[in-house]
This record gives sequence, C-alpha cells and structure tokens, in this order.
Amino acid sequence: MNAAEIARDVSAGRVSAAEITAATLAQVQAVDGDVGAYLTVLGQIARSSAARVDERIAAGERLALAGVPIALKDNMCLEGSRTTCGSKILEHWIAPYTATAVARLLEAGAIPIGKANCDEFAMGSSCENSALGVTRNPYDLTRVPGGSSGGSAAAVAAGEAAIGLGSDTGGSIREPAAFCNLVGFKPTYGRVSRYGLIAFASSLDQIGPLARTVEDAALAYDIMAGYDPMDATSLDRPVERTADSLRADLSGLRVGIVREFDTKALGERSDALYREAYRDLERLGAELVEVSLPTADYGLATYYLIAPAECSSNLARFDGVRYGLRVEGADVRAMYDNTRAAGFGPEVKRRILIGTHALSSGYYDAYYVRAQKARTLIARDFERAFAQCDLIACPAASCPAFEFAAKSDPYSMYLMDYYTIPMSLAGLPALSVPCGWATPEGANLPLPIGLQLCAPLFGERLLLGAAAAYERATNHALAHPAQIGPVRA
Amino acid sequence: MTPDTIDIRYVAALARIALSDDEIERFSKELGELLGHVRALQELDTASVPATAQVVESRNVLREDVERPCLDREVVLDGAPQRQGAFFRVPRIIAE
Repeated sequence: MNAAEIARDVSAGRVSAAEITAATLAQVQAVDGDVGAYLTVLGQIARSSAARVDERIAAGERLALAGVPIALKDNMCLEGSRTTCGSKILEHWIAPYTATAVARLLEAGAIPIGKANCDEFAMGSSCENSALGVTRNPYDLTRVPGGSSGGSAAAVAAGEAAIGLGSDTGGSIREPAAFCNLVGFKPTYGRVSRYGLIAFASSLDQIGPLARTVEDAALAYDIMAGYDPMDATSLDRPVERTADSLRADLSGLRVGIVREFDTKALGERSDALYREAYRDLERLGAELVEVSLPTADYGLATYYLIAPAECSSNLARFDGVRYGLRVEGADVRAMYDNTRAAGFGPEVKRRILIGTHALSSGYYDAYYVRAQKARTLIARDFERAFAQCDLIACPAASCPAFEFAAKSDPYSMYLMDYYTIPMSLAGLPALSVPCGWATPEGANLPLPIGLQLCAPLFGERLLLGAAAAYERATNHALAHPAQIGPVRA
Repeated sequence: MTPDTIDIRYVAALARIALSDDEIERFSKELGELLGHVRALQELDTASVPATAQVVESRNVLREDVERPCLDREVVLDGAPQRQGAFFRVPRIIAE
C-alpha cells in the first residue's frame, strides 16, 4: 500500500498502525535476507511507536502519516538506535538524539521500521561502499539498488517500508530511485533541516523522500520541510505545501530539454524512452523548448573537488576520541592514524585524501577556489535556462541498475551521477520519476529507468505538481513488462 | 610538481590516515587519474567569476543567549571509545 492510503485507512480506523507495522515487519522477515535493505531492524521501537500512534488516533488526533512505515538511511540519527553511516568507524555507535527531519515524520505518525544500508558516509552510487552489508536490487537480485541511499530505495521497492528517507549530495536519492522504480525527490538546498544528518558535504547535502508515488513524496516533504533553529543553513522562509498541488496536466508550462544532454549516448532503448517521455510531457500540454547548460559538463570535475574538500573537513571529527572506533597506537598521533586507517573504507579514504590535497597550501586556489568559481558558472547556466522554461527534463542516471562489481574503477562510478550533480551544485530541487523499462545486455528482466525533472530554487510545488501529472498519465511504475513485481513473500 | 600529481604520503599525514604500501600505490594512481579529469576546469575562464560557497541566501545566524536543554552528559560520554568519570579519556599528549 502507498503511504497516503495507509495514512487514510489508519486515520479512519479501518486498520491500526499496529497491524500495518506487524505486516511490514513480517515482510522484512520474509524478504530482507535476500534484499538486505536494513542494517538494523527496529522491531521494538516500531511496535511501541505504532501503539502510541493508535492511542493518538483513538484520542481523536489527526496525523498526516498515521501508521506509515518508513526506512531511515543509516546516516540519520534516531535517539537510542545504532547509527552507522555504513562505516566500521561508527559500527557500534548509538545516536544520542534524533534528526529533525526524522522527528517531524515520527510526530506526524510515521513508524520507523529500520535503519537502511548506504554507501559509507553516503559516498557512492551503488551501496557497494557500505562496510556493513550488501543490498540487492529487488527487481534483479544480481544488481545494485543504486546509492548512496540504496537501502532506503530497496526497502520501499520490496515493500519493507512505504517511504524511505534518503540524503542527496550529488544524486544519492535520485539515482537509487531510478534504479528501483521509485520517485526520489531532492528538495531545494536548505529546505529540510540537516540537524542529525551525519555530514558528508555540508553545502550540498539535502534530505528527501523515496516513495512509490509522487503524492507520497509530497506528503513526506510537506511534513519535513521548514526552518529549524538547530540547522543554521535551514531556510527561514515560508514553505508552500505541495501535496495539494498535484496537477492533472502541464498546460501553460515550458519544459526545457538540455541541448548538451544527448540521450543517444545512453543506448537505443534508453534514448527511445527519454524521447517518448519528452513527447508525453508535450502531450500533457507542455511546450518543449531547447535550453543550454554549457558548463554542466564540468559538473563532475567541480563536484569531485568541492564534495571531497568538505568531506575531508567534516570527517576530521572521527578521531577515536568522542565517538565510535578507537585503535590504540604508541602515542596520540599514532592513535589517530590507526583509528582512521581501520575505520574508513577505500572510497572514504580516497575522498578525504583528494579533499585534503585540494585544500592544502599551494593547491587551494588551483583546485578548491577554481571549483567554487565553476560552481557559480553552473548555477548561472541554470538561471539563464530558467529564463526560457519553467522546468527542465533530462535523464536521472546514465544507465539502468548494473551488476555488482561492474564499476570497479572509481571514475566510472562517479560518472553515474553525471546528470544529477549539476542540479546539486546549483542547489535546485529535482526528482526522478519512473519513465519506462529497459533490458540492458546481460539482464534477464527489464529494469526501471528514471526521468529527472528539475525546477528553479523553491519550485517544489511546480516540480511535484508536474511530476504527478506525468506519473498519472504514464503509470510506468505499475507497468512492469514481464508482469513481475519486486520480491514478495 | 605538475598539477596532476599528488604526494599521497604527505596528504595522508595531513589527513591523519595510516596507509599501507599497497594503498599508497593504489591511491597515487587512482587520485592522479582523478586529478587529470578535474584538470578540465582549467579550460574555464573564471578570472572575473566570484566563488560560490553556498547557493541559497546566506546570512549570519544569531540567537538569544539563553539557556536551553542540551544532550545528557552520560549518554554522550557513553558513545566514546574510552571515558574516565566526566571526561573523554585520551592517550598522553604532553610528554613527561
């Protein structure tokens, strides 16, 4: 069931939160051995949360997410629960407080089912960088679920939650959503508080929902969005509700197609699907206009200086003193060196090293400052494009879900986020919505493909509204060509 | 030193990460290649472009200087690898 349906039924007393929770935990029990979405299942916390929600409903409270089972990416704190970031350095760390976004969902009646696997410290595009577990794509268990929010995506796709909470720094919500046949939504930077989200790259990180429908994503966003005094970068300006903005058509909208994003390079099938998607937008009343993002091609280079620079600074706190792992050494310096050597995996080390290099004396201007200037140019490209259009449509990922170990060269993995990184650098709201099925070479079954839509800053209402119209008209998520669904009990 | 090389030993020392010989070899190669890719940024004319640190409105954030509840000291200390009483326990920092 979708989140909106669950909330309606629980609110109306047709089913209890306790029953929904029991059914969801049973599904976890049945499929998570194969899928591996969760690092920690919160059985006890889920049951007691459900009991409280049922009491509140019985007392006449109205809760927007009454009884909705949610998966929390394991870089988000939930008081009293293990919060690992998929890393050995935090493998046994218990969060002493709850992230604001999580607290708001729970206050609205959501039930936390578990802490979902992710690439270590959210650095990756396949979940393979997790040090603590393997997550498989529910549509093809030989393939990755995407990343870094891959556990949250797999949990929702496999019916182990109705909404997954993810974080997106360069595409970490949108790409796994595309790989798992879901809607994945990254709001405008600063719209959702980052308090309690363990930081990777602070000027880019943003929390958002993964869901089966646009309506569910909008429902979760409306609850989470808004100013939080605990996050100095959260925006103190009014939030427009989105759940009541879902449109039936796109009349009067201009949708920009990016000249530089030639979909032919993605193969015949994907190319055809994206062309069909653009035609569908037109059929729904939108006017298609060609726009140019000449600097977008520099997005990857810009991102792989800025994000590692910020990560090298943020992850300095993991030093064996205040939390997590400590590995002793002859002196304090050796203790730091040994703790970080044992606690971090290869991708995290790579990014700390490149970031440290980019910020080091003699290289700072050549790398970090230049990347910040390139970031300005990329943001200006979008400003110019949005003078000509209301939304931009483009691919969400460069291919469907790939097989494990298929991207062993780090740069080939970085390329997965080619289409999502420019929006992140510009802070723009963007989402991925299912746009069809493709069977890549070597796959036995068709795999989902995602269309990315992007709006100007604070354009959430327009973005989700338009995505809902496209979803309603095409219904790709429900149209698996082989008539098989995700793993079921 | 050309812009595409990276002294992994020096950078790892700055980053406080002990690396094995294998890692030094592997990361030198991989990160040298990555620096080759990011070199593309040199093509952009950025002479008159301001740097962007944050994309949305940024302003100084102040709050009233009033007491508020904070995290429980015991809970926070329990998350540490080693504690002693009300303190984080660390290796000796000042030589005898």
